[in-house]
Amino acid sequence: MTTAVFSLAAGVPRHRTRRVLPGFHLTLGYTLFYLGLIVLMPLSALLFKTFTLTWDQFWAAVTSARVLASYRLTFGASFLAALVNVVAGLLLAWVLVRYQFPGKKLVDALVDLPFALPTAVAGISLSALLAGNGWIGQYLAPHGIELAFNRNGIVIALIFIGLPFVVRTVQPVLEDAEKELEEVATCLGASRWQTFCHVLLPTMAPALLTGFAMAFARAIGEYGSVIFIAGNMPMVSEITPLIIIGKLEQFDYAGATAVATVMLAISFVLLLLINALQGWQRRRTGGHA
Amino acid sequence: MSVPRKASRAVVGTSEPAWVRRLLIGLALGFVFLFLLLPLATVFTEALRKGLPAALQAMREPDAWSAIRLTLITAAVAVPLNLVFGVAAAWAVAKYEFRGKAFLTTLIDLPFSVSPVVAGLIYVLMFGAQGWLGPWLAAHDIKIVFAVPGIILATIFVTFPFIARELIPLMQAQGTDEEQAAIVLGASGWQTFWFVTLPNIRWGLIYGVILCNARAMGEFGAVSVVSGHIRGETNTLPLHVEILYNEYQSVAAFAVASLLTLLALLTLLIKSVVEWQFERDQKAAASLPPERPSADALPTARTAG
Repeated sequence: MTTAVFSLAAGVPRHRTRRVLPGFHLTLGYTLFYLGLIVLMPLSALLFKTFTLTWDQFWAAVTSARVLASYRLTFGASFLAALVNVVAGLLLAWVLVRYQFPGKKLVDALVDLPFALPTAVAGISLSALLAGNGWIGQYLAPHGIELAFNRNGIVIALIFIGLPFVVRTVQPVLEDAEKELEEVATCLGASRWQTFCHVLLPTMAPALLTGFAMAFARAIGEYGSVIFIAGNMPMVSEITPLIIIGKLEQFDYAGATAVATVMLAISFVLLLLINALQGWQRRRTGGHA
Repeated sequence: MSVPRKASRAVVGTSEPAWVRRLLIGLALGFVFLFLLLPLATVFTEALRKGLPAALQAMREPDAWSAIRLTLITAAVAVPLNLVFGVAAAWAVAKYEFRGKAFLTTLIDLPFSVSPVVAGLIYVLMFGAQGWLGPWLAAHDIKIVFAVPGIILATIFVTFPFIARELIPLMQAQGTDEEQAAIVLGASGWQTFWFVTLPNIRWGLIYGVILCNARAMGEFGAVSVVSGHIRGETNTLPLHVEILYNEYQSVAAFAVASLLTLLALLTLLIKSVVEWQFERDQKAAASLPPERPSADALPTARTAG
């Protein structure tokens, strides 16, 4: 998923041949063996464990009031954060591609910080920043605004985590966008804003959607950064991954597995969606994503 | 596209007015400051709140040392294993055509979209006391979950696609001409790989390894599920940060966190350098006169950036 984001090959032309080099059976065999061992076997353990539940047990586990509240929170917060990421990501990508300003390279490198920084560190740092006595929190607390240890904190942590996705999917598209089209639009009398809305935005739409879906998918599964800042109140600010942890700590393996299966199904659907979006993107730009 | 036919101004180019430019740059920098720089600065100021000696003291604790050691061991096992897999998978996917290739690459991507908590859980279900292999492992006195092997396995899972997904598009882009030439000239498969393929993919390789390593050392959710949180035994650095933080040892927690932050900054630095080197190589390659007649006949031939 993160691939399109971190891709050195984004601008390299693609070129394939069908001729045969040695090592096909060795490399494909090892790939399938390792994939099976590390990914497929453990994931099937999850599915088999789920199948030991009766349908009623499964349904009860994944639709209890507390779990439903956690879905609403997880999806709502992830959606909001991904939306903010689209706007902020577009802004950052635009500024990084189109404008010159001092410290540009530093900003460009810093955009990937949320990928490189361990999530636990992000979590404690954001909560220290936003808590009542923190650098930002101290100015908001007198006005009754609390950003840490409640749902606001969850959204902020998820914005942080998802920030690089949109920037890194939009950036290469904007770099490759043909300036001639904009010049034509300008010559035809379009204002700069019209050119942006009718020429540039449609070009960037697949990349923006891909970035949104990636940020959203990452946010749904996110655990480390959120739990420090969420407050973790059952029914109020308890995210779905935390529900799984809670069930595990009470040795309710069946319940944890049932909820995990739901999450796994959702992430698989999102993965397929992102693949489809990237395919669309490739067709749009003719060759590479 | 519909464009209103009003009297067009003289060609104004394709840039925004200066005030719009400044406003957008200002907004972007403000966002970067609030969301990236301030959290970064917070880690170090919180760590140094009681002075440097207190921060250093937190890193000298035996529990901190064993957490550092475990984190290094985990990365030292997980990264090379995923490196070998990444190269093998990229070779298979990029150099050959076979049925089910798209499905295979989707499966390779799968660990990225699985929640870290679910990633930890699947290993508990497989190797835990009530899991598939639990009884057999218990009979042979082998501990995987709530021990170091479980931590390493969970880490391998979450960092599984990093190197493969970096190399696949790169090797696909490079095609097979050069390897083909080497084989025709009598090189063995290994020689071809070492002397032809490896130099071509070196930047992508370093890039993937760096990112894989950062995630391996920083993973929290998956490791937290399989670790069992035994102090001094199964605590990695991120888990140690959590324990200290929950015990209200704020300075110590941020001191250990600042180690991880330095690692993240180092990762970003190496990553940027690799990107610049790669771009330079691409530009140099583009400015060379074509050695093969086909080189500039490729309709899609363009350089990066």
